[in-house]
Amino acid sequence: MNPTNYLVLSIILFSIGAAGVLVRRNALIAFMSVELMLNAANLSFVTFARMHGNLDGQIVAFFVMVVAAAEVVVGLAIIVTIFRTRRSASVDDASLLKL
Amino acid sequence: MGETALFWIMAPIAVLGALGLVFARKAVHGALSLALTMISLALFYIAQEAPFLGVVQIVVYTGAIMMLFLFVIMLVGVDSSDSRVETIRGQRAAATLAVLGVIVLLTGVTVRATLPSEPTGLAQATPDGNVPAIADAIFGTYVWAFEVVAALLITAAVGAMTLTHRERLFHRPTQKELSIKRFTEGPPGEAAGLPVPGVYARHNAVDTPALLPDGTPSEASINRVLVARGAARSTEEFRHHPTPADIEAGAEGETDEPVGGDDDTNGGERA
Amino acid sequence: MTSTLSALATAVATEGGHGGGQAVVSATGVFDLTWLLIAFPLLGAAILLLGGRRTDRVGHLIGCGASIASFVMGLVLFFAMLGEPSDGRAFTVQLWEYVNAGGYSVDVSLLLDQLSMAFVLLITGVGSLIHVYSIGYMEHDERRRRFFGYLNLFVAAMLLLVLASDYLVLFIGWEGVGLASYLLIGFWQHKNSAAVAAKKAFVVNRVGDMGMVLAMASMITVFGSTAFDVVFASAEGASTGWVTVIGLFLLLGACGKSAQFPLQSWLLDAMEGPTPVSALIHAATMVTAGVYLIVRSAAIYDLAPDARTAVVVVGAITLLMGAIIGCAKDDIKKALAGSTMSQIGYMTLAAGLGPAGYAFAIFHLLTHGFFKANMFLGAGSVMHGMHDEVNMRRYGGLRIMMPVTFITFAMGYLAIIGIPPFAGYFSKDKIIEAAFADNWVVGLATLLGAGITAFYMTRLMLMTFFGNRRWQHSDPPHESPPVMTVPLIVLAVLSVIGGFGLLYLGADIVDWLAPVTGEAHHDLPMPLWLLITITLATVVAGVAVAWAMYGHRAVREDVPAGNPLTVAARNDLYGDAFNEAVFMRPGQYLTRSLVYFENRGVDGAVVGTATAVGGLSARLRRWQTGFVRSYAATMLGGVGVVVLAMLLVRLP
Repeated sequence: MNPTNYLVLSIILFSIGAAGVLVRRNALIAFMSVELMLNAANLSFVTFARMHGNLDGQIVAFFVMVVAAAEVVVGLAIIVTIFRTRRSASVDDASLLKL
Repeated sequence: MGETALFWIMAPIAVLGALGLVFARKAVHGALSLALTMISLALFYIAQEAPFLGVVQIVVYTGAIMMLFLFVIMLVGVDSSDSRVETIRGQRAAATLAVLGVIVLLTGVTVRATLPSEPTGLAQATPDGNVPAIADAIFGTYVWAFEVVAALLITAAVGAMTLTHRERLFHRPTQKELSIKRFTEGPPGEAAGLPVPGVYARHNAVDTPALLPDGTPSEASINRVLVARGAARSTEEFRHHPTPADIEAGAEGETDEPVGGDDDTNGGERA
Repeated sequence: MTSTLSALATAVATEGGHGGGQAVVSATGVFDLTWLLIAFPLLGAAILLLGGRRTDRVGHLIGCGASIASFVMGLVLFFAMLGEPSDGRAFTVQLWEYVNAGGYSVDVSLLLDQLSMAFVLLITGVGSLIHVYSIGYMEHDERRRRFFGYLNLFVAAMLLLVLASDYLVLFIGWEGVGLASYLLIGFWQHKNSAAVAAKKAFVVNRVGDMGMVLAMASMITVFGSTAFDVVFASAEGASTGWVTVIGLFLLLGACGKSAQFPLQSWLLDAMEGPTPVSALIHAATMVTAGVYLIVRSAAIYDLAPDARTAVVVVGAITLLMGAIIGCAKDDIKKALAGSTMSQIGYMTLAAGLGPAGYAFAIFHLLTHGFFKANMFLGAGSVMHGMHDEVNMRRYGGLRIMMPVTFITFAMGYLAIIGIPPFAGYFSKDKIIEAAFADNWVVGLATLLGAGITAFYMTRLMLMTFFGNRRWQHSDPPHESPPVMTVPLIVLAVLSVIGGFGLLYLGADIVDWLAPVTGEAHHDLPMPLWLLITITLATVVAGVAVAWAMYGHRAVREDVPAGNPLTVAARNDLYGDAFNEAVFMRPGQYLTRSLVYFENRGVDGAVVGTATAVGGLSARLRRWQTGFVRSYAATMLGGVGVVVLAMLLVRLP
């Protein structure tokens, strides 16, 4: 099978994730959309690794996963803190930092 | 052939999962859709000669990270659903434009790029199998990055604890203090504390109102959260409707008035 | 003839290395204490001005004491000086080094010679009398202590001016008297006219001060020093052009301080100050500082005939202007102020005549100090008795009510118009002689001035003390208290014997000053008796005309229309109008146009830029919504642009 199909799938998932970040107000869903974008990128890496016979792509995907885990931990902590103080999980409510 | 079948079955499922995430009104549905997408991605990894990553994807992503998300969703409110009305003017248009731009850009690059129609495969790169090769790379070439990522994880854990830690500003009242406060400040009717749900009732469940000694159900005995969610059982269900014989007996001195006060002023905390 | 005289004087001057040709020695003995002259009034001023209300009750006594102490010190020094040989009477007292900037150094040192001595005695003597007089005159003023503080400050500054041995130190005194003058003219600053007059005096004096500063700068350029001895000794080595320039700059300074044409306008307004101030500062001492400056700089003027001619012209013009203005004023103090201008014009003219006139300039300065102070104080006494009325058309017949004031004023009157043997006769006659000896035109100007002087002084006398009584009978004038009349009497006596005494009793003033100013004998174009006769005839004619106009006929209380010359004189010969039209208006237009340009051009560009940036920022600010999703959209767009750019660069 032509591996380009995986790349196209990756593009579709990435775009859906991006649209989710831009459109959804719920902080959790926006955050999950970011994860989706990361996964789409990972898929590309894995595909490229196989396509070119080079393992480095998989290594990068592995590190992306680890960093994403760290990011999720901190991000969720921030969301919980915001929810505690503002009683809301909407990213639009936290919009005081402006002129 | 098997891979092609797998792809054409799982790819639509992955896309559907992604779309489900974006269009879900409740966060918990979105989380489940995402889990679906991730599992299908794990399958793709395995199919693409990356069994280690596939397993990690399932264990770490679907297992740990998505559970973390679900926990937070529980914390924030599993039932809350979002309105789909856009509040920022022009955001939808800008988002559409940006996403379309990205699609065009990435597609253009992919199409224009000179890519092999058949993958090279990793057989040559991983003579001893996938996991030993990855172990070689991580603990050999990329050991420094690996150590840094380890430090990053620890830092993230400490950071999360710091962020969610709440300093107690006031002295937390003990049970003794609360009972003294009830006697000194509260109405006399509540001096003994609010009734516990299910007491003297036909069901020993938290959604069942307690029956007071005179036989009337007490709304104050049910958790407010359950009432707000509509999960509590109605007090009317347990109200004792007197038979003519009871009325006869009651005429001798006892009235059937429910004990007031408790029901109306149950805003106070439970001990 | 002028050039031969100057050559002669130069020869004398260069011989001894100093202005007048006498050696200057370091002070010893009592002369070492010269600085006490300045220290006494300066201490008095410090006590009075810094002491606050605690010194209110004894303030006038402290002020008088400081001035009198200085006068006594002056007398001691004078008699000590008499004991020295006539060519060894110049002493320097080195106090401390003031500035030492590389090649240029200024020492604060005092120079006490015959010229300074004369001034010291005039300043402290007349000054002390006026201090005493002020006790009575300012009795009802609640700020009397401050007044005495300013007077002491003035005396100290004036003494520093005449005792300095360096132009820069002289300039400190010069500015000090300017400051004191400003403070005292505006002493009653609650009156708008007084405040405006003070400001005017200050501003006009600054013009003169620029002359002084330029003169000093030129000296530093040419001689490398501003010390008298260095400048005078090396003046001959400098080019005539430079010396003339320095002379003209010094003349500008002198014009500002002495109210000479064209900087004369402030003196008439300065009469807004209390009358003792007018007597001391604006008649007897400060306004003569310009004459002192010219005489002191004799060594420079001797080498610059052109500058001297300018001095003579300025003196002649001012002499006639002041006299004409004096004729038309109904305000008694302004009439006297015009007279002061005129008399200082005489002195300036005499000083411009070179060695032949220096001594007579100083001579007239001293006698004028006596009789003009006398008359100003007399006018103050009249005002005191007339409840501060200054309009002479409301006076009349006061000789009965104020006999002492009348008699003393009459002495001053006879002195100023030059009736022998009163003081003014000797000094003014000498100037007229010297003027005729120099030039017919100048001589005629002085002669004409003498006639006009006689006219306006007689007019003043008649309007004030004679004729019908034009004041309110319900509130008759009264004679002033003894504390005011005693200084009047002393000054009247000096007005009578001052001229004769200075010329013939004891030492001749001309011989006394000769070591400083040099000496030159002049040849009259006519016999002396003829000139004296002509002068006296002119004076008598002036008196007669005045008598015919004001003594013979009753003085009208309202102001008559008068001929064009009278109107012009009433308006100070349009000096103010001229200044306003030529300097003030163009200056205003210039500043207005500059302000306009500043507002529209400079500010417009700056403010316009700021407004544009501000407006642009207000627009750009809209981008900063605070919504994370907007930022995310921007970010995504940005990433797209960056990727696109990279592709465009990389793709063939």
